[in-house]
Amino acid sequence: MAFFWFNLALFLELLASGGFIVYIIKQQKWVYRWSNRILLAGLICHTIFLYYRYYSLGTAPVVDLKSALCFFSWCILCIYFVFQLRFKLMVLGSFVAPFSAFLMIISFAIPLVETPVRPIFKTLWLTIHVGSVFMGNAFFAVAFLSAIMYLLQERHIKRKRLGAFYDRLPSLATLDGINHYSIVYGFPFLTFGMITGSVYAQLALGTYWQWDPKEVWSMITWLFYAALLHQRLVAGWQGRRAAIMSIICFCILIFTFLGASLWLGGYHSFNEFGAPSKL
Amino acid sequence: MTKIINIGMNHETAPVEVRECLAAEPENVKKAISFMRDNDAIKEGFFLSTCNRVETLFTTECVEEANEGIINLLSELGGIPKENFLSNLYIFEEMDAVNHIFNVASSLDSMIVGEPQILGQIKDAYALASKERTAGVILNRLMHRAFHVAKRVRTETGISGAAVSISYAAVELAKKIFYNLDGKKVLLIGAGEMAELAARHLMRQGVSSMAVANRTFERAVQVAELFHATPVSFDEIGTQLTEVDIVIASTASPGYVVTHDQVRTSIKKRRNRALFFIDIAVPRDIEPEINDLNNVYLYDIDDLKGVIELNMAQRKEEAVRAQSIVMEEVVKFESWLKTLSVVPTIVSLRDKAESIVQAELKRSASALAEITSEQKEVVKILARSIVEKIINDPILVLKRNADRPNLDTYLDMTKKLFSLDNSGDNTT
Repeated sequence: MAFFWFNLALFLELLASGGFIVYIIKQQKWVYRWSNRILLAGLICHTIFLYYRYYSLGTAPVVDLKSALCFFSWCILCIYFVFQLRFKLMVLGSFVAPFSAFLMIISFAIPLVETPVRPIFKTLWLTIHVGSVFMGNAFFAVAFLSAIMYLLQERHIKRKRLGAFYDRLPSLATLDGINHYSIVYGFPFLTFGMITGSVYAQLALGTYWQWDPKEVWSMITWLFYAALLHQRLVAGWQGRRAAIMSIICFCILIFTFLGASLWLGGYHSFNEFGAPSKL
Repeated sequence: MTKIINIGMNHETAPVEVRECLAAEPENVKKAISFMRDNDAIKEGFFLSTCNRVETLFTTECVEEANEGIINLLSELGGIPKENFLSNLYIFEEMDAVNHIFNVASSLDSMIVGEPQILGQIKDAYALASKERTAGVILNRLMHRAFHVAKRVRTETGISGAAVSISYAAVELAKKIFYNLDGKKVLLIGAGEMAELAARHLMRQGVSSMAVANRTFERAVQVAELFHATPVSFDEIGTQLTEVDIVIASTASPGYVVTHDQVRTSIKKRRNRALFFIDIAVPRDIEPEINDLNNVYLYDIDDLKGVIELNMAQRKEEAVRAQSIVMEEVVKFESWLKTLSVVPTIVSLRDKAESIVQAELKRSASALAEITSEQKEVVKILARSIVEKIINDPILVLKRNADRPNLDTYLDMTKKLFSLDNSGDNTT
């Protein structure tokens, strides 16, 4: 039953992404309106799915890569609708919806392995830790996408070749604003997520910090975002440089999320989650 | 058979010497309208005169006579002999006329395709025609359809989207950089018609304050007064660069007025806030390399011209799409026009039915005296609805055949079947 909702959400999100792509090409408002509605319906199905999984697993569905990607995608959509309320930026969906649908497709492609959830994960700490880290990540994903949009638009204006994107993309100030707010809001989530993770580790494993690869890479990511935030707020970075930096930061974040979880091993590794406990 | 005729001239067919003769007098429009009202050959009339075109639109049954009259009218209004402008005129009949008027209203026939003024001018001209009662059933419908077409073209195509003048292009670019010009500051270096125009547009978009710099301070004061701006001396440009957001330069100076070094230091001081330079001077006032600095954007006169050319081409492309909208609406109008010919028959059919109902109710009045007024009402409704149901199908058949060649047979048959010619005359 739960995966019916997953499939429906995936279908609706793909449909909405298609709609948003048609919108950016054809520039017809009704296409945008319907895409937005379909995306919202997709988000609702997505939420129902997560709710089902939460209850059947007894904890947040984030302990394998399949679920984690699905949850990440959900967070990004939530942030998208929050930004939509604030900025009313129609073209944002054309970038965000395909991105989050892409995550869903990967999630869909990974085969489901039902392993019993270890008791160590059946705690609210996991939900808080992962939930807030992923919310932060979702903000950074929006920052990343708006940075790409910024660089595209900036290139058009600098090169004085006002091509197709020039009309369709919003002003540089708007894009920089979205990037700015995404970093400013995302950073506290990431920080809070890392602190709660550390407390959770102390409670569950008896140590705050154990030089696990993911811990180390998370710290590196955090430092990069801290540097970006500092430069933005204190040194007055804006525009191109901030956009490039937020793209670099996001690449590191993705490496932390995928690379550290899949290849570098350690207790955060998805491979370890299902395996019998050695701890 | 009533025909719709359009006689006119525009910026393409007539040289300005001819157009200005007709455009000169504002009184001309009233004269033309009253001429159309008084002329027996012309049933309905509409007259439009702008600096780029003169359009007359009228319906008539005797085409030759009406055309003759209109051409005489134009010759009289302009004070020019007929032979001098006959070759500049175009004469469209029927659907060609409708097509032309739709094109004009949608600004597809304008010198600058997509410019918005023409629709307003047509609306004014139509308001006068309907005030003077020269617009009747056909022209009323035609003009309203023209407004509708213009609206569709404006909303469904990008025909009036992008800027096609230097100063508007500059404003649009500023908006793409700053989003909102509220509270932004402008520095105007030097003066000139185009620079002042751009400054004026920016002010209208919400720019909060302006500084004016000039080689001679007195001149700066003069220009500053025009805009309620602050005059500054030439040496202050460097410090101004840390404050302002948009710089418009148009001096006659042979060298650069704003240099790369100046901008580079100022951008640090302004903590990377974006700075937009518009250089409309030839030779250029602003060192071109500053465009390479982060968050600094420089457009010179050629860049702006390039933008405009691009926009013009875009408008032309959109015009092709607009044409198909116009075409579609012309077809719709044509089929409406054809239903007009069945209207008199339908009206007399309805009148006849109504008169029968009235007569029968009167006859039965005494027999129905006993019943209550509510019941009387029911009887009336009953009688009327029976009659309406009976004539409904014949009316539908007429409407459906309105654009068929054998329409006359149907009209004839209807008149005979319901003997409309006798009783119809009595009631209408």
